[in-house]
Amino acid sequence: MDYAAILKAVAALGGLGILFGLVLSFADKKFAVPVDERFTLVREAVAGANCGACGYAGCDAYAQAVVKGEADISLCTPGGQATLDALAAIMQKESAVAEVQVARVLCQGETGVVKPRYDYKGPKTCHMAVSLSGGPNLCNWSCVGLGDCVRVCRFDAMRIENGIVVIDENKCTACGMCVLECPRSVLRLLPKAARVTVRCRNEARPKEAREACSKACIACKLCEKACAYDAIHVNNNVARIDPAKCTLCGECVKVCPMKCIEQLP
Amino acid sequence: MEFTLTNFLLFMVNCVLTNNFIFSRYLGCCPFLGVSSKVETAAGMGIAVTFVMGLASLFTYAVYHYILVPLQISYLITISFILVIAALVQFVEMFLKKSMPSLYNALGIYLPLITTNCAVLGVTILNIDNKYNMLWSVLNGVFGALGFLLAIVLMAGVRERLESSNIPKAFKGFPISLVIAGLMSVAFLGFAGLGN
Repeated sequence: MDYAAILKAVAALGGLGILFGLVLSFADKKFAVPVDERFTLVREAVAGANCGACGYAGCDAYAQAVVKGEADISLCTPGGQATLDALAAIMQKESAVAEVQVARVLCQGETGVVKPRYDYKGPKTCHMAVSLSGGPNLCNWSCVGLGDCVRVCRFDAMRIENGIVVIDENKCTACGMCVLECPRSVLRLLPKAARVTVRCRNEARPKEAREACSKACIACKLCEKACAYDAIHVNNNVARIDPAKCTLCGECVKVCPMKCIEQLP
Repeated sequence: MEFTLTNFLLFMVNCVLTNNFIFSRYLGCCPFLGVSSKVETAAGMGIAVTFVMGLASLFTYAVYHYILVPLQISYLITISFILVIAALVQFVEMFLKKSMPSLYNALGIYLPLITTNCAVLGVTILNIDNKYNMLWSVLNGVFGALGFLLAIVLMAGVRERLESSNIPKAFKGFPISLVIAGLMSVAFLGFAGLGN
């Protein structure tokens, strides 16, 4: 065997490899672009879901904006309190207490509860369904349950059950993508601590509301009378709770004849 | 081959149209199909490929004629050329990041992809097979890449229009793209014999 030939090949290729390696490592030093070290730290501290809740193109873009001081440090909702504290430490800013929010469904229009207007057989998207003569449900404020919000949720926190969307509070990060997506604004971001919510937005006259849905708010004002803290009021034919005043006593839930106020455990 | 204006023009037509890398050599089809959904990004990819193919032709020529041939190890041509191309792409990326950040941002994600573009390896090996000298090698690289640029931009233009046209469901997406690539290839066959 001709060992010289083998050695020649090894030496030539090895030599080339070492040469390129040296040139590249030299170039790496020579052409190094100084990166703000805070950028790396910030990028690691944010949630990294690339969900867009902050309003930037992705976590990289948000981290860059934070380092430049263009963006507020509290915009990363999926990261929650931990991210806020970390960013405050990195950027040497005051850390505020983040109010934990979750998305809530302001509708109880399950199949059988809300009356159908017609049998919808079109493409399975809410946007399409609601644009067809007021939507498949008799209530113009109801969830149509075709899952546009489920498709935009990056956190697997939503699912459709009995023709209505259900949110897993533990998985929801309040990124707000579903709120933007919902063509009916059925979804709202509300403080997680607000356990009592009026799950109806029907602003129609009480008679029409009652005809459309068996769990609609009929603006009877019994809840207003029952509330000792001035926290619930009927406006535009629908009751609304002020989370700041609500003490979670549950009196309104007891008196509501339509069962449209819900108290979560 | 002597460098005259006639030769130069014939060579250019030959590289860009007749022996187009995609439509008649079928090299570089991956980025051709992968990065051709928008004209803008397709043009970015094309320019990045032009840049790298020109430089790769130059460096592989030097490696082949000054290292591989004198040592009689020209059977290592493939592996050593891949080494050269990979190192070159890395170097170009670093260089651009430092000196031309705007161009780097425009090409950014496409540059590393070029390492695995077989058209680059193809052109360097063709240079050796056709016994081009250094000048013709570089011209072959640059014009070959311009042919690639032409092909990918044309394809992106067609695919942008496909987005809004009514295509049978079974043909949507890649199937219709492949049909179109085939038709374009047949159309480019019309240049056969030109510039040789």
